[in-house]
Amino acid sequence: MSAYLLRRLAYALPILLGVNLLTFALFFMVNTPDDMARLHLGVKRVTPEAIENWKAARGYDKPLFLNVQASGSGVLTDTIFFEKSLAMFAFEFGQADDGRDIGNEIRTRMWPSLAIALPTFVIGLLVNISVALILVFFRHSYVEWTGVVLAVAMMSISGLFYIIAGQYLFAKVWALAPISGYQDGFNAARFVWLPVLVGVVGGLGAGARWYRTLFLEEAGKDYVRTARAKGLSEARVLFRHILKNGMVPILTGAVAVFPLLFMGSLILESFFGIPGLGSYTIDAINAQDFAIVRAMVFLGAVLYILGLILTDLSYTLVDPRVRLK
Amino acid sequence: MRRLILLLSLIPLAACQQAVNNPYPTEEAGLGILYSAFSERPKHLDPARSYSSNEVAFTGQIYEPPLQYHYLKRPYELIPLTAEAVPRPRYEDAQGRSLPEDAPAAAIAVSVYEIRIRPGIRYQPHPAFSLDGAGKPRYLPIPTALLDEVTAIPDFPEPGTRELTAEDYVYQIKRLAHPGLHSPILGLMAGHIVGLGDLAKTLEAEARHGKGGWLDLRNQPLAGVQVVDRYTYRILIKGKYPQFIYWLAMPFFAPVPWEVDAFYSQPGMAEKNLVLDWWPVGTGPYMMTVNQPHRQMRLTRNPHFRGEPYPAEGAPGDAEAGLLADAGRTMPFVDEAVYSLETETIPYWNKFIQGYYDASGISSDNFDQAVQAGAGGEVDVSPEMAARGIELKTSVSASLFYTGFNMLDPVVGGLDEKRRKLRQAIAIAMDNEEFVAIFRNGRGIPAQGPLPPGLFGYRDGREGMNARVYDWVDGQPVRKSLTEAKRLLAEAGYPGGRDAVTGRPLVLNFDTPARGPDDKARLDWLRKQFRKIDIELVIRGTDYNRFQDKMREGTAQIFEWGWNADYPDPENFMFLLYGPHKKVGSGGENAANYQNPEFDRLFVQMKDMDNGPARQAIIDRMVDILREDAPWIFGFYPKNYALHHGWLHNVKPNLMANNELKYRRVEPGSRSVARQEWNRPHWLGPALLAGVLVLGLYPAWRAYQRRQQAPGRSGRTEP
Repeated sequence: MSAYLLRRLAYALPILLGVNLLTFALFFMVNTPDDMARLHLGVKRVTPEAIENWKAARGYDKPLFLNVQASGSGVLTDTIFFEKSLAMFAFEFGQADDGRDIGNEIRTRMWPSLAIALPTFVIGLLVNISVALILVFFRHSYVEWTGVVLAVAMMSISGLFYIIAGQYLFAKVWALAPISGYQDGFNAARFVWLPVLVGVVGGLGAGARWYRTLFLEEAGKDYVRTARAKGLSEARVLFRHILKNGMVPILTGAVAVFPLLFMGSLILESFFGIPGLGSYTIDAINAQDFAIVRAMVFLGAVLYILGLILTDLSYTLVDPRVRLK
Repeated sequence: MRRLILLLSLIPLAACQQAVNNPYPTEEAGLGILYSAFSERPKHLDPARSYSSNEVAFTGQIYEPPLQYHYLKRPYELIPLTAEAVPRPRYEDAQGRSLPEDAPAAAIAVSVYEIRIRPGIRYQPHPAFSLDGAGKPRYLPIPTALLDEVTAIPDFPEPGTRELTAEDYVYQIKRLAHPGLHSPILGLMAGHIVGLGDLAKTLEAEARHGKGGWLDLRNQPLAGVQVVDRYTYRILIKGKYPQFIYWLAMPFFAPVPWEVDAFYSQPGMAEKNLVLDWWPVGTGPYMMTVNQPHRQMRLTRNPHFRGEPYPAEGAPGDAEAGLLADAGRTMPFVDEAVYSLETETIPYWNKFIQGYYDASGISSDNFDQAVQAGAGGEVDVSPEMAARGIELKTSVSASLFYTGFNMLDPVVGGLDEKRRKLRQAIAIAMDNEEFVAIFRNGRGIPAQGPLPPGLFGYRDGREGMNARVYDWVDGQPVRKSLTEAKRLLAEAGYPGGRDAVTGRPLVLNFDTPARGPDDKARLDWLRKQFRKIDIELVIRGTDYNRFQDKMREGTAQIFEWGWNADYPDPENFMFLLYGPHKKVGSGGENAANYQNPEFDRLFVQMKDMDNGPARQAIIDRMVDILREDAPWIFGFYPKNYALHHGWLHNVKPNLMANNELKYRRVEPGSRSVARQEWNRPHWLGPALLAGVLVLGLYPAWRAYQRRQQAPGRSGRTEP
């Protein structure tokens, strides 16, 4: 298994380099260093000298990928791409283009993001599985039909509707939760429960349908028929056999997204005033802050790769037939 | 179980003490705190860099430049802040001889501003001022163990303070030239302050060849800025620049002590965001104690602030409005100001209605809920708002939105008669009254010229009317008819909207970065205005960067632009049309690339004049030239509508001042009572919702039970 892990980590390096290269190419295709300087320096009284100074101070006055004027290895190393990429692999994100430390920002903002994302994920998973099991339990009945119709309806409604409706009902009309805001420590619970509720309800339609499909697939297999033929109760068949075997794709799917929970949710955090990482990348794209964009894309790629590796590992835990070599 | 019951029984009890939806900590209840919000994180809090209004909203409360605007008087008037008096410039010729005050601008080589500050003013508590037993800076260098421990400036255990001196002001002016700071006004000020441009070049060379770290500006001479004595400094301005006095009321000219610069320049500080751009240091009434721009900013009363009396005089009507009730009382009144990040308007508005924000603007979505117009057109708060004691304050902003023509464009540009008439025809067709009514809920005044109300040179009534676009009818300006516009269009060579020579329809292009679904209605409206006189308008939507490129390269044809006044002087608007400031070629602020020799000559003359009839006459002529040439379609002056609760006092919009927080007063008692009353929790609703859910599950439960009791099972299950 160690060899497998080492090999996967080695594969990760060219992937990360490729992601970095793509981020560079896409970002600078849309924004030139001059555009970035202008946006950072403001719209009033910006002189050409100020733009040149800004670029020079941040190393954006160099060529992007190839420095034909340099000699030796400088052709590749004396470029924006090389200088801005190398430190990323040591997880040194440096300073944003507005001068603020990116690592510090990520460390501060990931906790509120987790405070929302983790309970939403765990509770959402439990609720979705429970509802899916109920639907499977009552399959071919009006409970299932009603549930499926409701699930499709809930899937079709925009996530924004759940947020606004949740805020309207629970925070405004019933005055049971702050509309937005956040506090540290145990006080966070007062601010977190409503966005978590909204997140869970908002994801219920799609989640329940997806898990129902998984369970129905399992329910049609031979071992289930055998279990029933042995005279096991429906509940026992469902919870002992179907659920257990259905957990393989659930678990592996869940493990894959687990590391990405750090990145937060843009809309939920924005509406509920949660000071998380959700809006960090979008704000940076709007502000043309390349330092933040490349750091967050890099971090996202690392977490995604980590998620995939964890998925592979989890296969070995839940399915003894799988061996990693 | 017993514990759970006890816990559940405590919930309503807790709710009685403080509303459950209160977003603030319980211990803040009843304190003299002002609650506000910000929608965009401030980028810079360093006084050499901060320029945007959302940044100055914070820096203005902390830093103290020598001058400030009178809070209540109109027209805007500069008064001393830390200075003993508003300085009057002394003029010298090229030989250094004194000149009289009325000397012609051409004869003046240097204007000398000598500023004397008041003794005894002290800085906020800050570690940069902390001294050890030997009188040396305690945190210079900062111990590594301590640096590992602290995350914010208030974490330092032993802050210090010291008296404000003239040298601190001089140090900050030198900082404007610092190559690492990229001060937005360096280019402008290098053209005015003697020696500042040379200092910038010297510092840049030093930074390039130096080892990095702190650049001690005390050792860098600046010919045009000198310390006279402990409390006096002198600024030398090239020639005559009367508008310089307004800059002395902005944080760019606030003091920065060398100790602070040295303190923040230490290794390891930037990695923890312990920099001046994050933790400002000033002598003002407030200091920053929490800086979490992704969440909350907190300004707390500076314990070393000297106190300042609330103004005893105001504009007519201020006394009746209760704005002089606190006359003579020592400011600041509010102990703390808490600013929360609200990026969405819905939660911001709802929290204001719930009493959790003391003041709010009005978005278009909430306009009808908040405001209603009377029979005579006067506006007031809606009955719903009035019942909550909410008050409305309106003001006309010192800003202008306009539609510009690129004067270098072969179709719409140029100063010849035909193209001038084409622009005039479009100006008549563009119904700005309708635009303000539809898209701004009436919050704007259609503009008659480039100068907004409140600025010297602005004229009201008939004499202020743009006679090329309006007629004076029944005591008010009425837009000329479309027939007149079509006549002008025909004279311009486009009868019926077609080229008289080729017969082709006239197609014009509007360049804009606005291309989202929210902009569609506005752009459709714009097309309609041109269609009224048979001109086809093509919307060339593009992203912001490409739009800026087009403007710089002069390839845009028609565009929208705006300007927000830096200071209340007509020069600050007229320079937007001064030929040498053209965007194409010089990168200036003249986005229309307009150049009229007579206008340029008058501008040079007007900018150096003192306010008076002679200056007014020149401004009148300049405005007339602009109306005739029509490089801009004067759009509208925006009107600000702001709401505040009845417990917030001394609210008067001041569009120039940036240090308004010290004037504000809150009544925490009234606020607590109102919050309690408006936010009673309703438990019945969620109980009913839970009941419906349980009832919905009941048939399933029953079915499950039936199935459990069934003697045998079939392939199909029935609930």
